Amino acid sequence: MNDESTSELYAFLREAVLVETVGYTREMSLRLEELSRERVTKPLILVSSGTSAMVAGANKTFHTVVEYLSDRNISAETARCGFIGLGNFEPMLSVQFPGKARVIFHNIRSEKVTPLLDDVFHNNIPEEFLLGQFRNPRHEMWPSVPFVDELPFFSGQKRLLLKDCGLIDPQSISEYIARGGYRTFVRVIRNHTYQEICDVVEKSGLRGRSGSGYNTGSKWKIAYQTPSDQKYLICNAEESDPGAFMDRAIMEGNPHLLLEGIAIAAYAIGANKAFIYIRTEYAESIQRLEESIFSARSIGIFGDDIFGSGFNLDIIIRKGPGAFICGEETALINSLEGKRGMPQTKPPYPATSGLHKKPTVINNVETLSNIPLIVSKGADWFKSIGTEGNSGTKIFAISGKSAITGLIEVPLGTSLRTIIFNIAGGMEENKDFKAVHLGGPSGCVIPASELDKALTFDELKSTGAVMGSGGMIVLDDDSCMVDMVKYFMDFSQKQSCGKCIPCREGTRRMSEILDSITRKPLDENSHTTLERFKGVMQLESLANVMRDTSLCGLGRSAPNPVISSLKHFREEFEEHIFDRNCQANICTDLRTYYIGIDSCTGCSICAKKCPADAIIGTPRHPYFIVDEKCTGCGLCYEVCKFSAVFYR
Amino acid sequence: MENLQDLLKKYPNLNRDSLIPILQDIQDQEGYISEDSLNKVSSHLGLPSSKVYGLATFYNQFRFSPPGKYHIQICNGTSCHIKSSEMLIREIKKTLQIGDGEISRDGIFSLEVLSCIGACGQSPVISINGEYYEKVNNLRLKEIINFYKDLEDRK
Repeated sequence: MNDESTSELYAFLREAVLVETVGYTREMSLRLEELSRERVTKPLILVSSGTSAMVAGANKTFHTVVEYLSDRNISAETARCGFIGLGNFEPMLSVQFPGKARVIFHNIRSEKVTPLLDDVFHNNIPEEFLLGQFRNPRHEMWPSVPFVDELPFFSGQKRLLLKDCGLIDPQSISEYIARGGYRTFVRVIRNHTYQEICDVVEKSGLRGRSGSGYNTGSKWKIAYQTPSDQKYLICNAEESDPGAFMDRAIMEGNPHLLLEGIAIAAYAIGANKAFIYIRTEYAESIQRLEESIFSARSIGIFGDDIFGSGFNLDIIIRKGPGAFICGEETALINSLEGKRGMPQTKPPYPATSGLHKKPTVINNVETLSNIPLIVSKGADWFKSIGTEGNSGTKIFAISGKSAITGLIEVPLGTSLRTIIFNIAGGMEENKDFKAVHLGGPSGCVIPASELDKALTFDELKSTGAVMGSGGMIVLDDDSCMVDMVKYFMDFSQKQSCGKCIPCREGTRRMSEILDSITRKPLDENSHTTLERFKGVMQLESLANVMRDTSLCGLGRSAPNPVISSLKHFREEFEEHIFDRNCQANICTDLRTYYIGIDSCTGCSICAKKCPADAIIGTPRHPYFIVDEKCTGCGLCYEVCKFSAVFYR
Repeated sequence: MENLQDLLKKYPNLNRDSLIPILQDIQDQEGYISEDSLNKVSSHLGLPSSKVYGLATFYNQFRFSPPGKYHIQICNGTSCHIKSSEMLIREIKKTLQIGDGEISRDGIFSLEVLSCIGACGQSPVISINGEYYEKVNNLRLKEIINFYKDLEDRK
């Protein structure tokens, strides 16, 4: 598109669509339909391009599509879209012909593009790699192609925030506006007072989606009522919880939704400066947000005196230099001020004295993305979703050993069983479900017996668990709880900022204790055994001290995985401690390798590869592993061509 | 270094707020933060270099040695972890004789363990100079490393 047509389009969007909302002429509606891609005039091919699609090779797929079209002189439109939520089905490719319903295919790597498009352009929808078609009353449906909304993965969800993710071109502001975007914001700044917006959000019962579950509207009100010449809004996009990627999906798949939420929130508290504090690793999201802010600025949605309302707004992206602790409000503020990201004692809360000692509201991406929907559809509509006191939906990132890994958005109060077994398709390879870990390093383990628990802030809190960010790791019998807990403790220990002693020393000691029970002691004498046991005995009391005395949420919640897995899987810990055995065979240091005399041909490859020189023998005779030297690395097991190495 | 002077000119606002963005820009340009540039930044902002160094070491992003020719990033997120990424990390450390954040003696390989790339459906994931490898196992890892070693030997 050249500059002239862009400025014409932007003027149309600004003057005709956003300002004048009563009655569209026929031409306008047609143009909007085209912009929203409801109606296409030539074939449209969308390739997913979120980070997980990139890893699966979406870039190559996209280039192959472009090449295919130019080689055959096919006039078609191509675009990249965000993440639809099916992690292990990436890269996804969807095709929409004029007048026809959009069809979507999964796992389309570059080599599959040509045969697929050959078929599709001959009006033949191949069944292989087909996911389904999107229902739209105004499109002609493909015969005998399943509907996407009837697939259990989609039918079980209530997608409010993810509705357009993976379906729209995130870089196109016109598509967002044509689908109804930014109209709420413009209406708000022209017709509503700060107080009204705060009231609606407070009444809707929206609670912060990043952990504590504090009422968002109440937080805004405190900041709004604190007199100050300058106020700030910060969008917390420091999603460094391993295994959680819902914020990224929103930023990559529908960045304008977040920006609109930020804009409304900034207006409600009277802030004219908003920061997005985002992880540096999210290069893709940063780029999308930058482009989106730029195009929104060109239309006049951000900037000075927006739509003549007298409201100014500047949105600034700040890259977080990588520290888990910066997800904590006061640490984040310190980091923005150019200091070490260390938390401070609260109160004063940031809502009264935050960035540069000014009232500051910090909300995370998912919370803010809810705002445009709440304000446009009303508090009562939002309250009708979810349960009493826990309104709205929550996005969970499900990964690990479930059949489908990806993002699932369900109303609060949905049970874990529904999410894992109905929506995510149960377990990978039909293995037995063991437990699910909810909430990342500060989260808890939930065993099979508690699967029917409703996922709400209050219900989880009453059992000692936390929602956290919503990262959900499904574990099967091949997973070891001790190893899992050790991993999280190791993470917390590395990410502890070192300010308060319970967290700094506590996480370190816990890590050491867990380490000692997952490895064979090098020299076993009575003293080391005693030391080891002393540690184990104190694991629980140490956890309680940390929980009671740490300064911030990181330290207070770091022992959660330990406490919850000790509660539900105590026998597994005991097995590690007393029997030195890991049933899941994950704790490799506890493994004992041996060579089967009958199957060993004496090829000597294991002896050559063994890094510890622990395998001895003569060629063409069975070899032998010296237990005392073996480090349990398992290399012999891997290199043996005759499957003669075993472990127990 | 002239680049640095140009870069610093972009930040006329001499307060601490710009410290992290400046350091990030330097790292983007040079791949690491050298002692020299660290000192220049501190004199530009009028902060003691010890403070700047203290801040830079606090955050995971900043590195103080140049990355290797092939920069290996391996994801150790929860999903990758339960699909044995720990084993891969051990394997890399063993075969290349480098630790997390280190560079091999010949300057060819460097290793960085990330907390989560966010491609949990494709776990375990490693990335070498931005090229992703998904669902990596021990054997595949050896192939990948050998591929880069061969590439280097041929030159």
